[in-house]
Amino acid sequence: MTDVVHRELGMTDEEFISVQEILGRRPQDSELAMYSVMWSEHCSYKSSRAHLGTLPTDAPWVVVGPGENAGVVDLGDGWLAALRIESHNHPSFVEPYQGAATGVGGILRDVFTMGARPVGLWNQIRFGELSDPHNRYLFNGVVSGIAGYGNAVGVPTLGGETEFDPVYAGNPLVNVMCLGILQREQLVLGTAGTPGTIAVLLGASTGRDGIGGASVLASAGFDETAGEKRPSVQVGDPFEEKKLIEACLDLYERDLVVGVQDLGAAGLTCAASEPAARAGVGMELNLDAVHVREDDMTAPELLMSESQERMMAFVSPDKVDEVLAVAATWEIDASVVGTVRDGDRLRVHHNGEQIVDVPAASLTDDAPVLHRPIERPAWLDDLRKRRDPPDRTPLDTALLALLDDPGIGDRSWVYEQFDHMLFLNTVRPPGIDGSLIRIQGTDKGLAVSTDGNGRMCQLDPRRGAERIVYESALNVAVAGARPLAVVDNLNFGNPEKPDVMWQFTETIAGLGAACDALGVPIVGGNVSFYNETDGRDIYPTPVVGMLGLAEPIPAFIGDVGTDMTIFLAGPAQQRSLAGTAYQKTIFGTLGGRPTPIDPDTGGRSIELAIRLAHVMPTAVLHDVSQGGALVALVELLIRHDVGAVLERTSTIDAFGEDPHRFLCLVPSAEAARVTQLAAEVGCDIRRIGQTGGADLELSDPTIDPMSIGRLRTVWGGAIRRRMEGTIHE
Amino acid sequence: MSIGIITFPGTNCERDVAYAFEALGADTEQVWHRETSLDGIDGVVLPGGFAHGDYLRTGAIARFSPVMAAVEKLAAEGRPVLGICNGFQVLCEAGLLPGGLIANRDLRFICRPVHVRVQSPDSILTRAARPGQVLTIPLNSYEGNYITGGDAVRVMLRYTDAAGTLSDAANPNGSEGAIAAVANTAGNVAGLMPHPERAIEDFMGSTDGRILLESFVASLEAVPA
Amino acid sequence: MRALVTITRRPEIADPEGATIQRALVDLGYGDVDGVRVNRTIEVSLPGRDQEYVLSAVRAMCEKMLANPVMENYEIEILG
Repeated sequence: MTDVVHRELGMTDEEFISVQEILGRRPQDSELAMYSVMWSEHCSYKSSRAHLGTLPTDAPWVVVGPGENAGVVDLGDGWLAALRIESHNHPSFVEPYQGAATGVGGILRDVFTMGARPVGLWNQIRFGELSDPHNRYLFNGVVSGIAGYGNAVGVPTLGGETEFDPVYAGNPLVNVMCLGILQREQLVLGTAGTPGTIAVLLGASTGRDGIGGASVLASAGFDETAGEKRPSVQVGDPFEEKKLIEACLDLYERDLVVGVQDLGAAGLTCAASEPAARAGVGMELNLDAVHVREDDMTAPELLMSESQERMMAFVSPDKVDEVLAVAATWEIDASVVGTVRDGDRLRVHHNGEQIVDVPAASLTDDAPVLHRPIERPAWLDDLRKRRDPPDRTPLDTALLALLDDPGIGDRSWVYEQFDHMLFLNTVRPPGIDGSLIRIQGTDKGLAVSTDGNGRMCQLDPRRGAERIVYESALNVAVAGARPLAVVDNLNFGNPEKPDVMWQFTETIAGLGAACDALGVPIVGGNVSFYNETDGRDIYPTPVVGMLGLAEPIPAFIGDVGTDMTIFLAGPAQQRSLAGTAYQKTIFGTLGGRPTPIDPDTGGRSIELAIRLAHVMPTAVLHDVSQGGALVALVELLIRHDVGAVLERTSTIDAFGEDPHRFLCLVPSAEAARVTQLAAEVGCDIRRIGQTGGADLELSDPTIDPMSIGRLRTVWGGAIRRRMEGTIHE
Repeated sequence: MSIGIITFPGTNCERDVAYAFEALGADTEQVWHRETSLDGIDGVVLPGGFAHGDYLRTGAIARFSPVMAAVEKLAAEGRPVLGICNGFQVLCEAGLLPGGLIANRDLRFICRPVHVRVQSPDSILTRAARPGQVLTIPLNSYEGNYITGGDAVRVMLRYTDAAGTLSDAANPNGSEGAIAAVANTAGNVAGLMPHPERAIEDFMGSTDGRILLESFVASLEAVPA
Repeated sequence: MRALVTITRRPEIADPEGATIQRALVDLGYGDVDGVRVNRTIEVSLPGRDQEYVLSAVRAMCEKMLANPVMENYEIEILG
């Protein structure tokens, strides 16, 4: 092996020297391959690790925090929830259907690895504008891939968020979150156990899929050679995964495993070294025993293959036969590939020869920790000083334009392609705020909201991050749930640029501050760097997934009829349109500085939403997010086909996006009760109108009433018309 | 009276269907596709999902699963046999029901509640329903577009709007004649694309699925022809 | 003139559908089946065009859209 091979594997000269120091000799081919993937940005978090330690991760209800395959929290009465979020951005750009599909497969494995049955999937997807056919191709492919895999694997997809902005055109974002539930005694960790434990590889056979995917695809940006990076694509098989889920849950039920690790990025290398490092043991791995799809694979290929739908189970020797029998019942392949040993060495054999002999923990723990330069971007001040042009857009014109924005209009084109009803637990389906599922046989409901906002974060990553945490918390609160835990997915540009690292550290500070203020721990996360194309970075786009617990499940009656009073809770006055959908849609600009969160105000809004959900079943609650209060209200009116008469409002109040506001509609006879509850909580609330009729009336003599039917046509077509080809822009 | 729920690798609605029948007071038993005997089972349901990954054609591989010979025997004895969604597709491939199912008109998966109008009460699926009654039941399929293939078909449910009127707009997947459910001549074998088990409790938005599932339960007790 | 395009997964790319069909065939008693790959064929009709034109046009269609070079190969056969 020549000295430059490590560079072709994406390794720096310094890293190569470290490997030589660890081994006290030159690494062999397979060893170098293993270090190159395990020390890649994707696997080692080398650029981010130094900063992630400041995030709040503790709470009395945290059972497993960051570092395992998924975070686990206590729901009470013996129930636990496992959750995790992960990105599949680069694979989805290269092959949208398979990239998104394998993203779903991977996040599911992270969750059922913990002993949990996956009960829900959420996705956060971002693309360039739909006027470009290539973006439509990517969007369609990603949605089909999520549907194709999620529906077939038999886990409902319960919600998410779709945004469009030119900044994602060359680098779409595909983040997928999974939630699982389990009984406490079923919890399984990614440990190799004690010496003598046997490693059994379960599931799909190993082929040349995605060799080096972690280092090549996920750890570098795209440029004109993107096509040459294509061989790293993997193909998902939801059928195999479905069998693997059932087989693994059966193994847990029968108490047959000591630990389990899924095979994702870095394949066998990771599945052998991480559990060994966690358990502080060594391991012997026999590549000749691995069931393969192709006969002539080399050792580095076997060690780095990212073939999907594989799991490594660690099993006590007396239970191996039983494990193999369970695998046979569920019609999946299994092979005994390794043995846990005393000491700390990971030794790998191939064709009867020992080809790897390294300290197992060195692959994980000794990965470099980089302190990359951080510098506040010089362009930021100009961006924040940018003022919007004088605005005389009538409210109705603005409203129609916003409803026609594919990031705001009807998302049913997306979520109706997802099975969101399987398991019969879906209390609040996707389409509005946080979704809520019940845990059968209990009074417990789990609400999940996933939120991101790249534009706000571009203007101010710290405030932007704080805002999405509060946004997410209010989304689960309107579903009657108390925020319990967060997972985050941090999508950023090239970390070798100091301004990207500044955005990253500001985001971490914002996430940490907001979670601290809410008392909600971060139990897991994923960092995706190098989201850039031809040197242009995406907006800093942190995404949070918030889990909330509703106990008992509120008895939503939830119908909007006539003669209901419309309340707006939270701050009445809006101070800024910076970063809002209004600014994007009406002015086509991005500038200014978003208003900061206010933890006290935010906390009171969350508290009031939870109380209203529980004590007023006739109340219909809806969080105000992109598009502001007027858009939020119109969404409700369209859904329930009823009109409203609103008090006169201003552009900034109608379309401002304060993160602490939500709508509450109640039969007018019960309106006094709402004001009383708001007073008890100390939350600002005011009446902004009344439902009735078939039109939206804005109490402005210059604006004609708009029929709800017309608003529905515009809103309903925002995505559908663009994707079904009746609009050609 | 026990209902066998036939589970192929890739089936995913087997637990939902069991939950729904148990909510109606019926006993259920999960039957793995490798079983060759259905002794002690009074009727079977083939639930939704993606049997064998839906590879090749939906239902094409599942129809050769060992359990299918026993299902055919049960059907021949006049016992109730119901296919829901993917189970419907399997029954068509197995020749127990006429016609077949192809990709939806718009080539997209559809998961949403739809309206179906009861066409005939003469089957194990519809005996508790009134002809003309409009039910709201969720659909959840990619290959839900029914074609008769020229066969004579006994239609049990058709897709309509909420008022029970047929129209292109009310036909979600392009099914021939807006057919949502069919039965064999004897009425003891039936299949439908919508999922009745997804409409059994108030929070699901409809409880109309109960009418269809109760029809099936009532059929268990009926003496086979 | 018509051209038949056969699109195959590249040999190193997984074909879960083929593997599942193979298992089913073995179950059906065809134990000697050693491999199944699922390919796709697309028939393109270009009336009034000569063979040279059809070949180059269909090749361009494959490169642009019909096949995904990430994971597929293609062959073109002129049907006449």
